[in-house]
Amino acid sequence: MSVRAKFERIHEMVRKEFRQIFRDARMRGVLFVAPLLQLIAFGYAVSTDVRDAATFVIDSDQTPASRELVDTFTASGYFRVVGRSQRPTDLVRALDRGDAVLGLVIPVDFERDVQSGRPTKVQLLFDGTDSNVATVAQGYAGRIVQSWAARRVPQRMPPGVDLRSRAWFNPNLESRTYNVPAVIGAILTLICLVLTSLAIVREREIGTLEQLMVSPLTPGELILGKTIPFALIGLADLGLITAVALLWFHIPYKGSVVLLLLASVLYILSALGVGLFISTISRTQQEAFMSAFLFFMPTLLLSGFMFPVTSMPAVFQWLTLINPVRHYMEIVRALFLKGAGLEALWRQFLALFLMGIGILWLAAERFRRRAGS
Amino acid sequence: MPADPLLRVEGLTRKFGDLTAVAGVSFEVGRGELFGLVGPDGAGKTTTLRMLAGVLRPTSGDALMEGISMARDPERAKPRLAYMSQRFGLYADLTVAENLRFYADLHLVPRAERAARLERLYRFSNLGPFKDRLAGKLSGGMKQKLGLSCALIHQPELLLLDEPTFGVDPVSRRDLWLIVHEMVEQGVTAVVSTAYMDEAERFDRLALLHQGRVLALDTPSALQKGLEGEILELRTDRVREAREAASRLPAVRRAAIFGDRLHLTVPSASADGPAVEAALRQAGFAPREARPIPPSLEDVFIERIAAAEAA
Repeated sequence: MSVRAKFERIHEMVRKEFRQIFRDARMRGVLFVAPLLQLIAFGYAVSTDVRDAATFVIDSDQTPASRELVDTFTASGYFRVVGRSQRPTDLVRALDRGDAVLGLVIPVDFERDVQSGRPTKVQLLFDGTDSNVATVAQGYAGRIVQSWAARRVPQRMPPGVDLRSRAWFNPNLESRTYNVPAVIGAILTLICLVLTSLAIVREREIGTLEQLMVSPLTPGELILGKTIPFALIGLADLGLITAVALLWFHIPYKGSVVLLLLASVLYILSALGVGLFISTISRTQQEAFMSAFLFFMPTLLLSGFMFPVTSMPAVFQWLTLINPVRHYMEIVRALFLKGAGLEALWRQFLALFLMGIGILWLAAERFRRRAGS
Repeated sequence: MPADPLLRVEGLTRKFGDLTAVAGVSFEVGRGELFGLVGPDGAGKTTTLRMLAGVLRPTSGDALMEGISMARDPERAKPRLAYMSQRFGLYADLTVAENLRFYADLHLVPRAERAARLERLYRFSNLGPFKDRLAGKLSGGMKQKLGLSCALIHQPELLLLDEPTFGVDPVSRRDLWLIVHEMVEQGVTAVVSTAYMDEAERFDRLALLHQGRVLALDTPSALQKGLEGEILELRTDRVREAREAASRLPAVRRAAIFGDRLHLTVPSASADGPAVEAALRQAGFAPREARPIPPSLEDVFIERIAAAEAA
């Protein structure tokens, strides 16, 4: 069979696919509105930063010093006073009802003790149900109290070790900077894995797959015809998300554009492979969706997308090594935030390349074999 | 036996786990012949056709299209054949014209010929006025006609149709048969399956399939002539009970219900008729309008299937 004919059939298949995709209003929404919604969610709503944490103050001292300490808290921008009282029971109620996530308790004689250089205590109470906010707020509160104390309490001896920490790559430790680039990984997975498997199974469901099998279209051409459109749309979404991240959210991009594109293409191979595989084990779109979801959730959770790989148990850390999403996320973040090059990222690139080729090959073989049975 | 067969089916067998859907089916189809696969649901018609189309690998046996093995080398035969499954897969979200164009594209129908072929198919199918309608919005019969048109766009030599008239309204059904006959007249070879016995008379030759086996293979008229005995048709009261009673009579080899009538297979309608009638009258079934009739294909099939099940 001539290469020209092959190319032409794939071309017609891709054209038909695009025609169907863009005719479907819901599909258009999934492809172009969903990425923007995810970006808005991760850019604005989902944040592990603590800002304006609701704070309840029990100031039993009522002195200039105690008021200054409270002012330091609010001036930092991390805390916002939502109530004051003298009675500890009010604090308990505020924490119970969720009105406050943090309680600041200043004891009687606070100012006197501070001025006379006697040791004194300030108590912080946290609502630990949201462990993430509690941990972060605790860190901020601790630093505020320490710096305030350093200014107010006369130093009797210089500290032996002075800890100065600085965050590289993301100096303000903003979670948006960390999360927005990762949306690329989630969206590419959605499009290339979930939508591809659905598109193939749909043809099986409505009976067109069998017609295609009788046509001169070979299984290989069919696979290409079904996967190329979603790969292209995935890359278009990559551009869309990157543009919004840079221009709207002002996320810094320090790396090479070519590497981002290369990593995305390699990652798309894996995602398409899994999508193709799912299409071979599913008879209906519903089954395909369930299988895709079953795959999608754990791979995303074990990718470092939201929960850092380094804080997982060792077994799970090993598991993440065979998760293409993990490698892709690492590359994307490193490119955006660190501007890292191939010398630092070659392992991830190699992993993506091997997994992409391997998964796609296995899935295509399985698809071919099933085609004739 | 056709002298110059286009298709030679040899011991075609397909198993699904423990179930044998098709068990050693053999027949030949001559060039330009309209060949029927007739049988009740579950007889193995669809499985046979799918193997002939090269979309299902046989467990054993083979089908050869001019020597090309459908089991080993289906890709070579595929461009020359068309297969229309029971529910032809149409893209519901594409229009009639887009569906046709897509299949034309896949088969690389030359642009120069395309317009003329489409024009002809529109004329046959009466789908011309609905060119721009989404395929999903067509009626069942029109969908089936569109499916057939899509299957014919590349002018196949061999047409494999799986119950094309199943669940289709009478008008579309007639249209579909018109298209098939037109194609056969132009030299296309067609293998068509049906569960409707009344359609069996349209075929040049047919194979009666039952439980994956060929029970009979011949022209419709030869099959009708081959029936041993004669058919006595009569009307009775309580037709079900009458059938029971009639089948116990020594002269009656087979008794079957056709609507409100009984068809009784007897050695000779003129010799055995009066005795059978008398016996039924005595049993209180009031037989009337008894007359010998030429056996229909349906009689032949029921006879053959019953004989096979008894064996």
